[in-house]
Amino acid sequence: MADPDIKAVMDARAGEARAQRRRAARIRISALSVAVIVLLLVVNVLAHGNFLEPGNFTHVLRQITVNTILGVGQTFVIITAGIDLSVGSIVGLCGMVMAIVANTLHLGGPGTFIVTLVVGLAIGCGSGWINAQPVVRLGLPPFITTLAMMQVGRGLAFILGHGQSIPLADSTPFDWLGSGYIFSGVLGFVGIPWAVVVMALVAIVFAVILGRTAYGRYVLADGGNEEAARLAGINTARVKTLVYVISGGCAALGGLMLMAQFSAGTPQAGTGDELQCIAAVVVGGTSLMGGRGTIVGTFLGALLIGVLNNVMNLVHIEAYTQQIVLGVVILLALILDALRKRYFGAR
Amino acid sequence: MTAAALDAPLLVMRGIVKSFPGVRALDGVSFDVRAGEVHALVGENGAGKSTLMKILAGAQPADSGEIDVDGKPVVIDGPKTAERFGIGMIYQEFNLVPDLGVIENIVLGVEPRRGLFLDKPAAVKEAGQVLAELGIVLPLDRPARRLSVAEQQLTEIAKCLVRRARLIVMDEPTAALTDREIDALFALIGKLKAQGVGFVYISHRLEELPHIADRVTVLRDGKAIETRPIAEMPQDDLIRLMVGRPLESHFPELPAVLADAPIVLDVRDLSSDSGVPVRDVAFQVRRGEVVGLAGLVGAGRTEIVRAIAGADIPTSGEIRINGERIVVRSPDSAIRAGIAFITEDRKAQGLVLGMTVRENTTLAHLAQFVRGLFVDKAAETEATNVEIAELHIRTPSSEQIVSNLSGGNQQKVVLAKWLIGQASVFLFDEPTRGIDIGAKAEIYTLMVELLERGAAIVMVSSELPEVLGMSHRVLVVRGGRIEVAFDRAQATPDKVIAAATGVALRAMGAN
Repeated sequence: MADPDIKAVMDARAGEARAQRRRAARIRISALSVAVIVLLLVVNVLAHGNFLEPGNFTHVLRQITVNTILGVGQTFVIITAGIDLSVGSIVGLCGMVMAIVANTLHLGGPGTFIVTLVVGLAIGCGSGWINAQPVVRLGLPPFITTLAMMQVGRGLAFILGHGQSIPLADSTPFDWLGSGYIFSGVLGFVGIPWAVVVMALVAIVFAVILGRTAYGRYVLADGGNEEAARLAGINTARVKTLVYVISGGCAALGGLMLMAQFSAGTPQAGTGDELQCIAAVVVGGTSLMGGRGTIVGTFLGALLIGVLNNVMNLVHIEAYTQQIVLGVVILLALILDALRKRYFGAR
Repeated sequence: MTAAALDAPLLVMRGIVKSFPGVRALDGVSFDVRAGEVHALVGENGAGKSTLMKILAGAQPADSGEIDVDGKPVVIDGPKTAERFGIGMIYQEFNLVPDLGVIENIVLGVEPRRGLFLDKPAAVKEAGQVLAELGIVLPLDRPARRLSVAEQQLTEIAKCLVRRARLIVMDEPTAALTDREIDALFALIGKLKAQGVGFVYISHRLEELPHIADRVTVLRDGKAIETRPIAEMPQDDLIRLMVGRPLESHFPELPAVLADAPIVLDVRDLSSDSGVPVRDVAFQVRRGEVVGLAGLVGAGRTEIVRAIAGADIPTSGEIRINGERIVVRSPDSAIRAGIAFITEDRKAQGLVLGMTVRENTTLAHLAQFVRGLFVDKAAETEATNVEIAELHIRTPSSEQIVSNLSGGNQQKVVLAKWLIGQASVFLFDEPTRGIDIGAKAEIYTLMVELLERGAAIVMVSSELPEVLGMSHRVLVVRGGRIEVAFDRAQATPDKVIAAATGVALRAMGAN
């Protein structure tokens, strides 16, 4: 065992380093929050007071639920230096499959919901598993295998509905998720959409998995140095397979939420969402080179994009201009991150 | 050239200071190189050699200090500027593009052009001229990935010369070369010296310095401790200045293997086909014994230990640990059987550089630190701090990112990773490559401690003194087979070399 003096010194040093990091983080956060508050007030004036309104705040959170959930799965994939382009198509495919399952079942109530969810997750996770196989067995680039899945998934979604949406015969088992609120009416409060609660749960559960479990550590290690991770006895093939399964499962959940919202399976649901969620992940500070990333960052990334969209709608910026602004903001966020790393060191 | 011209200082660095968070890497270092001189730069890992050279190469800015080239003050603000001042860098890990040919690599970034297009004949002519002047023969069209280490190094040198470099920095140039290749390199350096090229020569192989260097500067803890002509610097002084304290003996006393010591590792007829084929390798290692695997680079030594460690999958053969047969299908199965594999290349295989000391230390045995569903960080930190203290790892804390540590300290983190498990067999592949004397001695001491705790050790090493000094038995590997086994008493350098090269005469004919 170590000399107690040495241990005391080491502990003191570790504490000092932690305190230093906390101080730096506090300064960063306080400077940032002042800037954000000023900006929000300006925007609020421009939007005739419609922006800083509780109703609008829940509206923004509601808008980012699907993107955040897709982003959570995508974060795991990107930390292993991979990419999952198929999530948007899996959203559409799972939505269609789940609409068919819901319409075929005659269980009624929660039974329908649960069976539909399970089937949807199976399809989503299965698609993720298929995505992973060429990557872990043959070393093919995930860009290609998930691009193929993106095409296949979207095609299947259209075939399943003969090109049409499939309306839910009975949407009641899904309405709580699609448009329901929790805590509604408490103290005159509009309540929190159930979709937002689900998003928060997914984000928290996966943040804990990434930050506190052995699996999360292995994902980070695999992304940081795959060979070193393998030689440390980590089953890197299994670690990588699972990240695509997680991403597929998150996409299935996203599909369920959109289906509940529209009360229908729509074949084009989720189109382009793969890029939206990659943007959220990257803006959130996860490195495309792998080895580094957080779920909190991804949530903040999705929130930033959501707030921007909301603000631009409120001040009546037209849709095409919004695209340009979003593109510039994503680029700026990355440039800022790169500059921060250059001048303040990594992490 | 006259003596006066030869003595003109090509480069002067004065009062260079560079700090990193928590560390003062360079503390007012002054250093100069004259034309036609080889100036050796030595020091333990973390002494500041790499940082000083990175500043010279424009890879990092200095906090303060001055640099003169040809007596004129200059500002080196990037690699391109360094190149313009005639400074060429040859890093230990070469900077060649693996799929480009020798010619393309030599002229990379300075390609002769005709209009919009590359002018290959001109490139061949230009590179050919440089090579011919020095009498270097290289396969000009071969992609860099298929060159030998020595050929890659010659390509790097040619790259510097095409850029008209007058000062060449070489970092550990002989680390991966055979003796004959080293002789050729030294002859080449001699020719370039005669043309007025100056060299900064960084090496841990102190015994070669009298053969190549004119002057030597010792760095320690970010300070230039002393500069002397090499003739006035006996090796003992050099080592004393480097470590700051006299070093008793280079190798510690190996405890004798007990006569009735049980066999811990028993390898029978092991074959594998990854990289250099391994054929029917059989040997045994007892409790408390070090078996050294000697041989040339590419003889298959690394492949033998990789097959035992499950890094490669053996095609046939049997491995027993403490008499029990184990099936090695992955590194994981080997680790569970009690095998620790300390790889040769710590950056590529040993460490996750972006992770902390703690995360790297516990990586291979994370299951030990899982409480319920979660990793217990406090327990991890405690175990890591024990290793930091035991191995004297120089780091501000267990939360330091390992890429911020020096090479020797990184190697100790790799060791820490395997020490927290209860392995009975330790496979060391080049355990001291590229690390300084102080850290080397600590690693040897650690090996002795492992023996006393009952471990069995297999050590692959290209450094003959190390194999001979730190092994109870030496197995010489050639062509993927064990050529001959020597007891420590019988093993002499010439016998081992003869076996490794397959009779001295044949070695001269080959290659």
